[in-house]
Amino acid sequence: MSLIEARGLAVRLGAQTVLSGVDFDISAREIVTVVGPNGSGKSTLLRALIGAVPISAGQVVRASGLRLGYVPQKLQIDPTLPMTARRFLNLPVRATPQKTAAALERTGAAGLEARQLADLSGGQLQRVVLARALLADPQILLLDEPTQGLDQLGSAAFYRLIEDIRTDLGCAILMVSHELHVVMSASDRVICLNGHVCCHGTPEVVASAPEYRALFGTGTQGALALYRHEHSHRHDHDHDHSQEEAH
Amino acid sequence: MLDDFMVRAALAGLGVALAAAPLGCFVVWRRMAYFGDATAHAAILGVALSLMLSISVFAGALAVALLTAVAVTALSGRGQAVDTLLGVVAHSALAVGLVAVSLVGGRVELSAYLFGDILAVGRGDLAVIWGGAVLVLGLLAWKWSDLLTATMGADLARASGIDPGRIHMGMALALAVVVAVAIKVVGALLIGALLIVPAAAARPLVRTPEGMAAVALVIAVLSVAGGLWGAYHVDAPAGPAIVCAAALVFVLVNLGKLLSRR
Repeated sequence: MSLIEARGLAVRLGAQTVLSGVDFDISAREIVTVVGPNGSGKSTLLRALIGAVPISAGQVVRASGLRLGYVPQKLQIDPTLPMTARRFLNLPVRATPQKTAAALERTGAAGLEARQLADLSGGQLQRVVLARALLADPQILLLDEPTQGLDQLGSAAFYRLIEDIRTDLGCAILMVSHELHVVMSASDRVICLNGHVCCHGTPEVVASAPEYRALFGTGTQGALALYRHEHSHRHDHDHDHSQEEAH
Repeated sequence: MLDDFMVRAALAGLGVALAAAPLGCFVVWRRMAYFGDATAHAAILGVALSLMLSISVFAGALAVALLTAVAVTALSGRGQAVDTLLGVVAHSALAVGLVAVSLVGGRVELSAYLFGDILAVGRGDLAVIWGGAVLVLGLLAWKWSDLLTATMGADLARASGIDPGRIHMGMALALAVVVAVAIKVVGALLIGALLIVPAAAARPLVRTPEGMAAVALVIAVLSVAGGLWGAYHVDAPAGPAIVCAAALVFVLVNLGKLLSRR
């Protein structure tokens, strides 16, 4: 049973067709990453899945009563709006102080409750936003380029956190990213997008697909290979997924 | 007691302040300042129409303000920038309104609607003002969390099951109501100030959105009281005096903040 499924999805923004003929599904506990060049419709796909952009063809089916947590690309904080982390975590649903404290602790942002969002560093802010998403007790987390503006160490730590959360909470994770080699290693499946689905499958399948190489060149292949080599023990089950892809 | 024109003026000002201050916070946070101004200017057309048709000025102003708010909200995002659209709609409506008022004849004192005439507020006006204020306050209290979430981000709201489009439309309609009830108190040209200035003055003093709404409310009420008192004693027009009082608070707060930082 898919948590979210899209069939023949097309999105038009103004006169421009941003997405067309996209088939997509994500099941419980899966980590799926969407990669693609700038303007390939990655964020639009995510926004279409949460119902934030009107779709012009096809359909999006969400499991009934689906609880989703959303982490936007970068939370724009208007300087005129005073907002403590505590208040933000209680939007729109009030949570007990114990629960908010636990969520912040879980994302490595413990004790930030009283701070103004505008005063937080980029990494702290993303952890607070992630904590808020966790408070919804999500079945699926959707993250749109969650490490934009973080340095390499910061984004590596953030991706580790995401994997830990999946292990602990058992929620599915759908991520949009341009950091190919970091992201792909952590994913069960990768979808390479460029207005349509160019190719999809396990990280290995996508990385060696000609469509993917045409988009990103072979340079990233080397980085991926390097990363895979270092972390090869993590990917014992890749062959299962490639069989799933065959259907 | 309601026979005294100063008491009626104070109650009218208080009613408008109650609705305008918390709504003004959202206007500031959502960057709708120009939206509020434009709706208010367009309302002059409503005033002219109601004078021509001999209907209640409040009804005419409300109708045109609502139409403007709905039209601009519906048209935005379709090729024209919102501020351009607002400029076209609001200034055209204001211009048509001014021409229409002159066609009605010389007996209309337009400055009463441009700058307000709070001392001429009657009992019926009081009922309308407080009715509108309670309506807007109730709406804000009822949807407070959803409004704040949508203000933090449209997609964030959408993911929480809140329709940001409906929130935006709700804000626009609430603004139209405040414009309509405030036009007699501070006038079309100064309604924007009553929305923005108390909220802006409150900003340096607070740490949460609720705190900002509460402090803005206190500042707005003090401004109404101070403005009316000042207007009475130096025989100045009441609407502008209220805005002067609010502006004074804004300056004092920012000066205080500047000095305390040293």
